[in-house]
Amino acid sequence: MTERTARLRPWYLLSPALATITFLLVIPTCFILVYSFWLRTATGADQAGFYLSNWKEVLSDPFYRDILFSTLRIAAITTVICALTGYLPAYFIAMSESRHKSLMLLLVMLPFWISYIIRTMSWINILGTTGALNTLLIDLGIIDQPLSLLYNEPAVILGLVNFLLPFMVLNVYVSLEAIDRNLLDASRSLGASELQSFREVTLPLSLPGLAAGGLLCFVLSAGTYITPVILGGPRNAMFANLVFEAIITQLNWPLGSVLSILLLIVLGAIVILYNRLVGIGQFAKTFG
Amino acid sequence: MDNTKRYERLLQRFQEGGVSRRTFLGLIGASAASYGVMGSPFTRYARAATPASVRFDGWGGVVSDAFEKYAFKPFTKETGVKVVSGTFGDADQYLARVKASQPGEYNLAHLSGVFDYVRYKDLGFASELNEKNIPNLQNVIPALVKVLRDISGGTLSAVPYDYGTTGLAYNRKFISDDEIKEKGPGILIDKKYKGKIGGWGEWKTRIWYAALQTDQNPNDIKDMNKVWDAIRTNRDLVLKYWSSGAELMSLLANDEIYVTEGWSGRIKALQDAGHDIGYYDPKGGLGWQECIFVMKGSPMEACEELVNFMLKPEVAIAVAEGQKYPPSLNPTKVDLPKEVQSLPAFDPTGTLAGLNFFDASYWNGHQQDWSQKFDRIEKGY
Repeated sequence: MTERTARLRPWYLLSPALATITFLLVIPTCFILVYSFWLRTATGADQAGFYLSNWKEVLSDPFYRDILFSTLRIAAITTVICALTGYLPAYFIAMSESRHKSLMLLLVMLPFWISYIIRTMSWINILGTTGALNTLLIDLGIIDQPLSLLYNEPAVILGLVNFLLPFMVLNVYVSLEAIDRNLLDASRSLGASELQSFREVTLPLSLPGLAAGGLLCFVLSAGTYITPVILGGPRNAMFANLVFEAIITQLNWPLGSVLSILLLIVLGAIVILYNRLVGIGQFAKTFG
Repeated sequence: MDNTKRYERLLQRFQEGGVSRRTFLGLIGASAASYGVMGSPFTRYARAATPASVRFDGWGGVVSDAFEKYAFKPFTKETGVKVVSGTFGDADQYLARVKASQPGEYNLAHLSGVFDYVRYKDLGFASELNEKNIPNLQNVIPALVKVLRDISGGTLSAVPYDYGTTGLAYNRKFISDDEIKEKGPGILIDKKYKGKIGGWGEWKTRIWYAALQTDQNPNDIKDMNKVWDAIRTNRDLVLKYWSSGAELMSLLANDEIYVTEGWSGRIKALQDAGHDIGYYDPKGGLGWQECIFVMKGSPMEACEELVNFMLKPEVAIAVAEGQKYPPSLNPTKVDLPKEVQSLPAFDPTGTLAGLNFFDASYWNGHQQDWSQKFDRIEKGY
């Protein structure tokens, strides 16, 4: 193998992936960026050119800022709930000596076999006025009138947690599974209690997995569109809903492009921050 | 010749040794690549001949079921041309899809007869129908045809197909017929029903009803601030703005909401299913017509043949009974059965003089500002 061939070999190997990313991600994003500087005319046709009016409108209008903050807040709450509720099953599976460990992991992944939309819509049958929960509570005599459990922010967060929890569990599980058990034995032999051993050894070593799961949950929930549409009320729109409305209802593709790029920038900044603090390599461990 | 035949002929030549493996795979690859870039590689030729299929997009649910069962399947059986049907939740969503498509990708659509007709024409998607190929157009209510013809300067890009109303739908377990008549559109801003009111999350309908709630003519609104305030009041009382006919039916049938405005045909479908849902067209209530629109770039002869087939009285009547909306057939020319005459909004005179329609130029002129403003108010602003 000549030196030149050896030098170029990684690029040859990477070229299919790079070509895919270029054609399916970079070029479409560039199109969206170009579109964001166009203008939408009254007839709905787009006027090509370099206009900053859409950017000025989005950056100066508190409406977009408020919905963006609301989206980030919902994403943060969802992430925290996923972390709190996802750590326990991940810990249990990772520490289990059971021969059914693979089955337990399979159960965690089971929801992925059902369409996300179907899973989200199923909450209507559970939380609705005539749904399973209200019917049960009425039958048990706990309540007289059905509770309003749907079409509000908690319902949206519940739908998001339901969607994202497996991502968190799997990330944390991989992190816990990689911990050298000798470290736990060493901490116990040095006099640490089980709780101390967890707090001083297990938890710190599983934090990268928790962070990776958190990032994934945060980014996916911040970009969600369908959950607020199905489970939310009039005031529970998220940023992706604005993109949809700009492009679909208002036929204002340039404005929709600005909103898309803005969401990309905000979420990109969060990913960069994560990379600085934790390192993006944690994802490779989970998915590799 | 359709693409399947072209492929089969190419395959046969390859198997007989007339084409080398390299050439065969090259041609398949090239056709796949060109399909990805510009739609079907043989689109231009296919359009000129009778195509193997045409695409039809509609509203889904019971409406699509009726089209499929009573129009498309018999049409395919009679002509051999398959109708590939797709659905959309609202017309805006569909227009965005058409805007992003290649000419010829979408062929026919079940659209709003006036509002969408103008939009599609303005955006350059309008075809020109050869009316000689649609003799059944003679059976259609003249008033419905005239309004379309006037928009496109004497020609037609669509045929009217059905009409209906968007009136008040209410659950009789909780709201009486007398109460709905007394309160009219005002019931949608009645605090008594907070959390039990629904509404279509579509700007035109919301503004129309807000105009009625503020005693204004929806086609000539003088005080928009009053309208926006009424929409805000309604928003604060609404449980959910529904986004499809199926969702409307589900919310009403499951007692999630007690009152909403609703589409006459969908409410009739609920009533026929045994739900005690009332329907009331208030004074100034909203009427609409729908058409079968043919997109520019479509295989015109096949589309005209399908449209003509759909306008056959026996087909149009069967579809009307299935989708629960009166057909565009002129009742003074065509004998319509009792089932059709009992549908909500049916007009036995064939003039539709009693219905109020969107003034297309007025509403299209405000589309950009009002839809954007409504989207904000809907979200709490």
